[in-house]
Amino acid sequence: MTQIQELTYQLGQMNYEGHTFDCLPIHGEQEVLQVIVSELDAMPIFVTITDTQILCITYLCKQTEIQPERTAELNKTMLELNVAMPLSSFAIVEDYYVVFGAMATSSSFNDVCKELITLASNACDALEAIENYLV
Amino acid sequence: MSSVLNKIWTALRGGVREMGDAIVDSNGVSIFEQEIVDAKASIGQAKHNLTEVMARKMQAERKVSTLVEEIRSHETYASKALDQSDETLALEVAGKIATLENDKAEQDAIVARLTGQVEQLKAHIKKAEKLIADHERELSIVRTTESVQKATEQVVENVASNSSTLNSARESLERIKARQEMKQDQMEAGELLEKEMSGNDLDSKLESAGIKGESASAADILARIKAAKQ
Repeated sequence: MTQIQELTYQLGQMNYEGHTFDCLPIHGEQEVLQVIVSELDAMPIFVTITDTQILCITYLCKQTEIQPERTAELNKTMLELNVAMPLSSFAIVEDYYVVFGAMATSSSFNDVCKELITLASNACDALEAIENYLV
Repeated sequence: MSSVLNKIWTALRGGVREMGDAIVDSNGVSIFEQEIVDAKASIGQAKHNLTEVMARKMQAERKVSTLVEEIRSHETYASKALDQSDETLALEVAGKIATLENDKAEQDAIVARLTGQVEQLKAHIKKAEKLIADHERELSIVRTTESVQKATEQVVENVASNSSTLNSARESLERIKARQEMKQDQMEAGELLEKEMSGNDLDSKLESAGIKGESASAADILARIKAAKQ
């Protein structure tokens, strides 16, 4: 069983602080698991496990969804907010603004649950925070 | 660290999509991977050499201590020969001591040289181990970048092809707001309900205490009508 499969199985039967996790594996060259946290279902999380890290990513919006003349301002704001945002950071992957959390592969399952819930909450908050920058 | 980040940085500026390509040589092998393999092999060799050198050093050290003992006992012999006023014998023993001391000096030099070699080999192993750790971290940066790119591509493809969800920011926002409104409504409904319940509760208490009641008696009504007539 790969780590992703194990995580899928464990998350499926977990109830962490009142939240449940709806998992959908996305097959391909890179194993990815889509996780939707109950109550925070607007922001699905995509989990990838590499040699050293468990990466949890939420795709905030496409770069093209941001008012072009305010991009620089938004980028700076995100950098300024980064440290304060618990367990997650802003980043850009390909065409997307993302909020992500990176954990050691040795993290406990409980830590992963906590990360997922915190990340989904952060992503929802972040999306509201950038609303004024959307085209 | 900085070298690999620099390469990724340059690749990103240059619009390279496959991050792995940024650090792959002409043979399609990651430079880091090859260097890690080489460094591991060199550590293996160095460790093998180290045990050999250490064994030789221990051997030489044993020889030195044997020679030291022999010198000491010959010094005793010489002293005893002198006690017996046998100058010739004493001189002969002294000659032997000289040979022994030469041997010892030789062995001391060997020990010193081998000690130097041990230090060198240990330093070499340490350096190779650090190189491996560095490269493994660098490699993980590259692999992670690749994984994230691939994962994103797959997510996007998957969204296009089926049920997976990757909404626009506006859609996600609407969803968040709808959920918040729902929560707010639920909370208000809950409060309302509670108010009603506790209100009813108060009414019933007042009624039972006779302070508040709707049940006007026939006598009261008659008295009111009579009063109005007057």
